[in-house]
Amino acid sequence: MAMDHLDQLEAESIYILREAYKKLGKLGMLWSIGKDSTVLLWLAKKAFYGHVPFPFIHVDTKHKIPEMIAYRDRVAKELGLDLIVHTNWEAIHAGIGPDKGRLACCKALKTEALRQVVKQHGFDGLIVGVRRDEEGSRSKERVFSERTQDDGWDYTNQPPELWNQFKTDFPKGNHIRVHPILAWSELDIWEYIRRENIPIIDLYFAKNGKRYRSLGCACCTGQIESEADTLDKIIEELKHTKTGERAGRKQDQEDAYAMQKLRKEGYM
Amino acid sequence: MDEKLKQEGLHIVVVGHVDHGKSTVIGRLLYDTDSLPQGAVDKVKRIVRETGKPFEYAYLLDAFEEEQKQGITIDTTQIQFVTKKREYVIIDAPGHKEFLKNMISGAANANAALLLVDAKQGVQEQSKRHGYMLSLLGIEKVYVVVNKMDLVDYSEEVFHKVAEDMKAFLEPLGVKPLRYLPVSGYQGDNIAAKSANMPWYDGPVLLDSLDLLEASKEILDKDLRLPIQDVFKFDDRRIIAGRIEAGKLAVGDEIAIYPSGRRTVIQSIAYWQERDKKERALAGESTGIIVRDEFFNQRGEIITTPGAKAPHVSNRLRASIFWMGRNPLRKGSTYKLKLATQEVEAEVADIVKTIDAANLDSREGAKELRLNDVAEVILSLKEAIAFDVFQEHQATGRFVLVDGYDVAGGGIVIAAEKADEGAGFAFVNGGIRARGDVFDEFYYDIESYNVTKVAAAVKKPYQVGDEIPRRGISYEYPADFDILILRDQVAVSVRQGRIESILPLADYEYSGRPLINGRGFGIKVYKAKELKEMLSVYRELASSHVEPRVKAAFANRYFFLNQYRHLQFYFDYVI
Repeated sequence: MAMDHLDQLEAESIYILREAYKKLGKLGMLWSIGKDSTVLLWLAKKAFYGHVPFPFIHVDTKHKIPEMIAYRDRVAKELGLDLIVHTNWEAIHAGIGPDKGRLACCKALKTEALRQVVKQHGFDGLIVGVRRDEEGSRSKERVFSERTQDDGWDYTNQPPELWNQFKTDFPKGNHIRVHPILAWSELDIWEYIRRENIPIIDLYFAKNGKRYRSLGCACCTGQIESEADTLDKIIEELKHTKTGERAGRKQDQEDAYAMQKLRKEGYM
Repeated sequence: MDEKLKQEGLHIVVVGHVDHGKSTVIGRLLYDTDSLPQGAVDKVKRIVRETGKPFEYAYLLDAFEEEQKQGITIDTTQIQFVTKKREYVIIDAPGHKEFLKNMISGAANANAALLLVDAKQGVQEQSKRHGYMLSLLGIEKVYVVVNKMDLVDYSEEVFHKVAEDMKAFLEPLGVKPLRYLPVSGYQGDNIAAKSANMPWYDGPVLLDSLDLLEASKEILDKDLRLPIQDVFKFDDRRIIAGRIEAGKLAVGDEIAIYPSGRRTVIQSIAYWQERDKKERALAGESTGIIVRDEFFNQRGEIITTPGAKAPHVSNRLRASIFWMGRNPLRKGSTYKLKLATQEVEAEVADIVKTIDAANLDSREGAKELRLNDVAEVILSLKEAIAFDVFQEHQATGRFVLVDGYDVAGGGIVIAAEKADEGAGFAFVNGGIRARGDVFDEFYYDIESYNVTKVAAAVKKPYQVGDEIPRRGISYEYPADFDILILRDQVAVSVRQGRIESILPLADYEYSGRPLINGRGFGIKVYKAKELKEMLSVYRELASSHVEPRVKAAFANRYFFLNQYRHLQFYFDYVI
């Protein structure tokens, strides 16, 4: 009868989503098509009883794995999502790409693109599916994390966040990054997907001895050796793995503090 | 493994003085039990390789470049960890005084705490301050961990001395540590495995000690507390949403909603997926209920069961607070108080005493609190809210104070003070009461670019027959006009500068006189028909969830500044 670990995480995430909806003005949810944002979509449906009262935003770098885009369009249509797709065309036309350096590419096609879409739509709150166990700078995040007009994150002076009283007062022009699944681990995500029977893109399931553990741009996202072609096998694999979730994400490897540097400027 | 996940998780915070080894002990514990996300270990190995520094377990948690370079923890982090018995969330908290707000952010989420003390340095200022914060935050399950035993030759004598010192400080605070453990995080003594260096210690090692903690189940046996978070009207259902903070509820239960105390019955519990359909909901769940009687409900109200001990309803309370703000808290100043889902303006009516958390000395007569100060205060609220005493109900007995844009203080309710009758109300006529900022001054602060409202000096509510002030610094009203206080649904008629009547808005008839709202803004309504239309739009907005922009559009459509109410330029309105 008592709540288990996944029930606790789910209840907390729903509380956070409802708080964002009630307290922040214009709200949008970043949707990367991956497992985390798919769980986030599911939680939003639960929180608002089948309704999703805000638009979804996909920052399309035009370098994504092609299956992701096909999946995105199909799911958005099936669920009737209000989907905003945004690309930093200016940067692409200027020739920015992974060959110009990975951090510069991420900065232009993800960070800057995100900044453009936030400005364009005047979002006060952006729901993002980052998790503490993904990497170091995310481990230190707040649930409601303020970003300045130019997307800056003052991580050495974060506000107190206690008793689920989140940061809901901030100057016009700034926005809040809302992190409803911050406390979830990679394993929690998969166990929840299994428990709730959540449909998920099949790039995560092994084919010919390889699978994606984390999804991103085709150029910078590697596959792992794996035979896990079912949810049970993925969960079993993760319990024994010795490599990091984002080991296949090349932008993380550019510098020991790459993520901290990217995120300070607005990266998700 | 799957059986384990069925167990409720436990949140454990690790606190103590700076450099007493909190991050190292946690890093070691996680490393020895093979429970680290591998990405973290890979990254630390890489940093070690790139910088030529020795491997530090603390780097596993101190992820920021600044933290690793300076060798200190700046911000709190949380990490999951699994033992044979259950799932844990370990919370690392900074020990440096400068980052006390980050320590509190971490500790406020914990069910239990490890208070670390360096065996060589003994009990230090932050050991005490953190011990005090644990008592204030209501964390009763505490282990004192005496670390760096390797630096004192694993001396039993030193261990007992440090343990005694800590005990002497904690006991008067009501913190009774369940256990004292001698360890070395750096060497791994008594962390995951028994140390051969301390044969004199026959208790469990740190890892096993965690499993001996019992999760508290009493929250389920308490009286129901469900603060309303939002009211949804996405379809034909009207769902009252919120998280159950204590107790449980079931379909068919009678409920009482405070502050009003109105009663109704739970008709059903909302769900989306068929598998979530249920007849009962428990503490900890984010739920949504549909009730039999549709009266006006709103965020902030607290639902409980009739017959159970009701929450207090008052506009005055006594509290212990800790201050984390850059600017001092001043007696007489107002802050936004957030308690569960309620928000209300709170004035610091009195600073009863300040307490030095490092030696427990208390002092009376302070006029202000500075960063990291702890005090007992009386808060006077702009309107009555429902709340509990912290000792009885934690979630509805604690609050934060917001100064400008920032959460600057936290507090726990010690007692409800006798309500200041009529305080918080601008107009009273028997049982008809209305709030209103009609006589408050509105300043445009040229330093901060914000509009600030300063409460009128007169605290006593106006009654029928009273003369009202028609001219202030930022307002000027005609001799004859009507005030429509929409949120309280009350109409006040003023004739020849005196209050002629205070009526429920439902009984009010349009008089053709100028109309202003509860804040002193003019209302763009000039016919009875227009008034009817406006009131019906307002009721629709007030009874359902709408975005702020929709409310703003309503305000722009119907209210105007610059005739009765204007903004006065000001800088430094703190007088």
